[in-house]
Amino acid sequence: MFENYLPIAILAGVAVVLAILLMTLSRVLGPYRPNKTKLDPYESGMDPVGDAANRYSISFYLVAIAFIVFDVEVVFVYPWAVSYLDFGPGTLVSMIIFILELYVGLIYLIKKGALDWDLKKGMFN
Amino acid sequence: MDSATTLTSLIIALPLLGFLVNGLLGLSSKSFRQRKALIGTIANLTVFIPFAIAVYFFINMGQDSAPIFVELFTWIEVGSFSVDIAYQLDQLSILMTLVVTGVGFLIHMYSVGYMWEDEGYWKFFAYLNLFIFAMLNLVMADNLLLLFLGWEGVGLCSYLLIGFWYTDMANSAAGSKAFWYNRVGDFAFLVAMFLTFQHVGSLDFDIILSSLEAIPADDKFWIAFLMFIGATGKSAQIPLFVWLPDAMAGPTSVSALIHAATMVTSGIYLISRMSAMFVMSPEVMMIIAVIGALTAIVAATIALTQNDIKRVLAYSTVSQLGYMFLALGSGAFTAAMFHVVTHAFFKALLFLGSGSVIHAMEHVEHGLHEEGKDVHFDPQDMRFMGGLKEYMPSTYKTFLIATIAIAGIPPLAGFFSKDEILAFTFNAGFAGFAEPLYMVLWGVGIVTAFLTAFYMFRLTFGTFNGEFKLPEKISEAAGAEKHLHESPKSMTIPLWTLGGLSVVGGFLGVPNFLLSTFTHQEEHINLLHNWLYNVTADYELGLSHSVEWILMTVSIFVAVGGVYTAYRMYGSGATEESDAKLADRFGVFYETWKEKYSLDEFYEGLVVHPIVRWSDKGLAKFDMKIVDGVVNTVGGVVRLFGSVFRYVQTGVTSSYALALVLGVILVLSMLIL
Amino acid sequence: MDYLHDINAFLPGVIVALAGLVTITIDAYKNDHGSIYGLTVFSLLAGLILSVMDMFGPVGEAFTGMITYGGVSAFGSSVVLFGALFCVLISREYLSAIDHEYGEVYSLLLIATAGMLGLVSANNLIMIFIGIETMSICLYVLAGIIKGQKIGAEASLKYFLLGAFSTGFLLYGMALLYGATGSLYLTEIAEGASSDLLFIAGAALLLVGFFFKVSAVPFHMWTPDVYQGTPTTITAYMATASKSAAFVALLIVLSKMIPAETANWAGVIEVIAILTMVMGNLIAIVQDNIKRMLAYSSIAHAGYLLVGLAAGTPEGYSAVLFYLFAYTIMNIGAFGVVAYYERQQGLDFTDINNYVGLGFKKPLMGVLLSFFLFSLVGIPPFVGFVGKYLIFAAAINAGYIALAVILALASAASVYYYLRPMVYMYFKDPHKDVPLVRSGIVFRSTLVVLAALTLYFGIAFGDLHNLLSSFYTADWVTHLVGQ
Repeated sequence: MFENYLPIAILAGVAVVLAILLMTLSRVLGPYRPNKTKLDPYESGMDPVGDAANRYSISFYLVAIAFIVFDVEVVFVYPWAVSYLDFGPGTLVSMIIFILELYVGLIYLIKKGALDWDLKKGMFN
Repeated sequence: MDSATTLTSLIIALPLLGFLVNGLLGLSSKSFRQRKALIGTIANLTVFIPFAIAVYFFINMGQDSAPIFVELFTWIEVGSFSVDIAYQLDQLSILMTLVVTGVGFLIHMYSVGYMWEDEGYWKFFAYLNLFIFAMLNLVMADNLLLLFLGWEGVGLCSYLLIGFWYTDMANSAAGSKAFWYNRVGDFAFLVAMFLTFQHVGSLDFDIILSSLEAIPADDKFWIAFLMFIGATGKSAQIPLFVWLPDAMAGPTSVSALIHAATMVTSGIYLISRMSAMFVMSPEVMMIIAVIGALTAIVAATIALTQNDIKRVLAYSTVSQLGYMFLALGSGAFTAAMFHVVTHAFFKALLFLGSGSVIHAMEHVEHGLHEEGKDVHFDPQDMRFMGGLKEYMPSTYKTFLIATIAIAGIPPLAGFFSKDEILAFTFNAGFAGFAEPLYMVLWGVGIVTAFLTAFYMFRLTFGTFNGEFKLPEKISEAAGAEKHLHESPKSMTIPLWTLGGLSVVGGFLGVPNFLLSTFTHQEEHINLLHNWLYNVTADYELGLSHSVEWILMTVSIFVAVGGVYTAYRMYGSGATEESDAKLADRFGVFYETWKEKYSLDEFYEGLVVHPIVRWSDKGLAKFDMKIVDGVVNTVGGVVRLFGSVFRYVQTGVTSSYALALVLGVILVLSMLIL
Repeated sequence: MDYLHDINAFLPGVIVALAGLVTITIDAYKNDHGSIYGLTVFSLLAGLILSVMDMFGPVGEAFTGMITYGGVSAFGSSVVLFGALFCVLISREYLSAIDHEYGEVYSLLLIATAGMLGLVSANNLIMIFIGIETMSICLYVLAGIIKGQKIGAEASLKYFLLGAFSTGFLLYGMALLYGATGSLYLTEIAEGASSDLLFIAGAALLLVGFFFKVSAVPFHMWTPDVYQGTPTTITAYMATASKSAAFVALLIVLSKMIPAETANWAGVIEVIAILTMVMGNLIAIVQDNIKRMLAYSSIAHAGYLLVGLAAGTPEGYSAVLFYLFAYTIMNIGAFGVVAYYERQQGLDFTDINNYVGLGFKKPLMGVLLSFFLFSLVGIPPFVGFVGKYLIFAAAINAGYIALAVILALASAASVYYYLRPMVYMYFKDPHKDVPLVRSGIVFRSTLVVLAALTLYFGIAFGDLHNLLSSFYTADWVTHLVGQ
């Protein structure tokens, strides 16, 4: 059964080798003048080390959650679209119902001001 | 639903409805409690309509009609065991239903006036209706379990109503006493029920009675015996009768309804219902007869020493119940039911009459207070009464009728029923089992009959004849008689109705020989015998007509003798002087009677005291160290576990998650390892 | 055609879900609680009537076998809708009295109910998962619906974290089952079942997920905290509808999907049942907060229900179904009365010590609470007695004598804590004069109806019990009995 894993092993091997190769090359070829800022790991511009109880704006999460919901919608819609010819038109109704349901949620979000970045106007006033 | 089902449901449901309406509305609305006329109407109607329906059933039922079974719904069904909420209307249960609803209705009506000034008016009627409901379940049930429910229900109502004026500790204590003594009996009944079920596999009467041969003789004895013990509790027989006199603490109409006419006869009903089984164990029949006769005479002797008008009646009830058990034990189930019916008439009447008297005496006390005289006396003590017949003619006349009826003077109700019982007891003296004993019991019955006539007339004369004694007893109460009044119509109408029934009730069971002697052929003029012929398993009455005539003559003479003696001694109303004479004549015996055979003390001494003393001396240490220790340890451990486990509930989510993981490990390891 | 048949088979769920969407839209546009409430009650009532009728109808499958209708599913739907309806009826007055009536409450309740309906109708693991999640996510939000209240936020967060954790097990279990049998349909899984590790581990993890939802010990830890922190009428909903839904689904899974001979399943349930009964009752004894007390009591009742499942006979299953209904009636009632007292100002009326002397002040409420508590104890002639008796009898007949004895003992211990509020209410003098407000007519009559039902089904339970037993004489459980 292990031969099934062979491509994965090859891929992993290539990845490791390539990473080591690239790091070694840049170290050997480029100039090397380290300081504290340069040694920080890069995390989308955020400070990766700090207080765990760091406070974010709640709006950030609201938008993030709303985003995930519609993200998941796409996850459903793509495979459905690909197999639409196999499924037949009946599933079109199902998909419309599904999207309408999400639409209701979107209306609710907007009306309640969840997408309002200004907290004073939004749902947390 | 056919009409029989509908009507039966109505009989059962209406009293319950009355209870619910009066109870719930009274509980939730203060203004409703004040609307006494409405409450009274609801309570009366919900008993009267069932009575009317029962009459309808009665008219449509012939003596040979098959029983009507009405199955409302299945209550319990587990495997082969099933109990239905089902009722059986046959000749016996319709008779009891008529008594319960009929007398019940009269007493409801009477209570409207009697309880008018009581604050708990609504509560009283709610309880009363609940009682009727439970009692109807008892008499109409078609299986033992439903009967037992009714049996417990009436016990509960009795407890509630005895302690109705619960602010007085003595009343509450009386209620508890009734409750505990009944528990002893109920326990026996339950065991009997289990035994029956074990052998028969069903609790339906018709199944039990048709498969009696499935029960081994030994167990038949035990079932019958235990059922009888159950009956002695509810029907106040030796050794469990001491609760009934105390039960007089309740309102008088309750005493009339529950403790004279209906509930206390449920033991007799039960045995009559199961009569086919009882006749198969003559030993139990003998025990029943002995206990009945003993109770009859013991209670009668106590009754003639009492001065509290209601207590006399209470002991008289116990004594009459004893008669009924004597009848059961002599195989005279019909006669017992006959006496149940006639007794319901005249004893209810006596109680209601005494209630009327007490009502009047309370008014005297009240009137004196209003005059500004601070006079206190016991309104139930007949030593303060006397001469009331001038002031309360209706009460007097009806009371007198009832007294004549209970004394056994022909042709009033009590005569025929009592005569039949005595005839059957005599008859049982030739029935082949313990013959001499039954002869002795017959003698006891005759003596009791004499005593009954005597003490009842003592009571009547002492209350109504002679002078009104209150003013001479308490000087301040001079002129108190002007406060004496007859009771209102709502109270006297039931009295007269019951009076009428007490006069004619006896004709239900005129002995056959009265006619046979003249026609020289077999006659069936005993209506009740004809009616119950199919239901009860009476012994054959094998006496010749001449013997029956002699027996009847004897019982007439005895009754008249009792009345005459009472008239000679008490006719002038000189109660206390004559009591003193009696005490002189009978010395130690009188003392014993007066002390009620020290039965209460006997129970105290035999059961309560030893327990208390042991507990105090020997058991106390054992109790404190070991029993308490164990109990406290168990309780403590339980609480401790609770307290420890509650700390597992830390409130910290991660520890909850840990518990969850441990649970997963537990489940997996149980399955996989 | 097929489509209509499917919709028709799941009509109660469709109605309720649709009502959920409509109410949330109404709520988005205007603050009209009246119409939202009206629509909620109407849709739940309509669903209830439909699913009750469905109980007497045929049994079948719909949505390509994803769901079943009729029989047990219809009964489960009825219980869930009954619970939801009565909780909504008492919720409005309670929520507006504590000044936190939001339109979202009703929408969430409806959507959660739709999830439960899916759960009790499920015939496929995916359906079970969707049902459970739809239900749970709504409940997480409902637990913390009162914004700015710490105890509610704590309840909500704890419930969510632990719920997510347990869902992990549930989902993992499903994945293993799929791996072991190659199907997600319950009956097909049963056909492919074997005693190999993969199947047993999968089924066990699935059970764990359910044990969490029905709050069986030791997966119960969230229950008291969440019940205490949630607004009381919502707690009633959680304790009854969601628990009933989870139990019905567990029953379906056990009876349809897990063949008894693959492993000692009954043994596991037996142990969990004993733990649950004992712990639930023991800890309830020391509670002073009536909501926590009722939470532990609901744990204890889960234990009794597990006894019926351990019995594993048709008799046991029908007893469990009956008990779920009984439990729903009396628990909503008890929480309802607590909700009534709780909204009085001045004292914390979730503390049992503050119930002193209340019985005579508002006699109706006192009597009602006594009814429900008596029924919870299991005293005849209340419905609680019947339920307990049926389970007891089923356990005895299936040979689980020890379980039956423990059930009896645990019930005996429960008398202490159930009667305690009554002792306080009736036998102690009030220590402080608190004016009690009058409850509204809907609130009051809802509770009275519930009380009447505890009594009615305590006496006339024969028909319902026969109906429930008939579910198992049909070939609905061919699998269970056949093998």
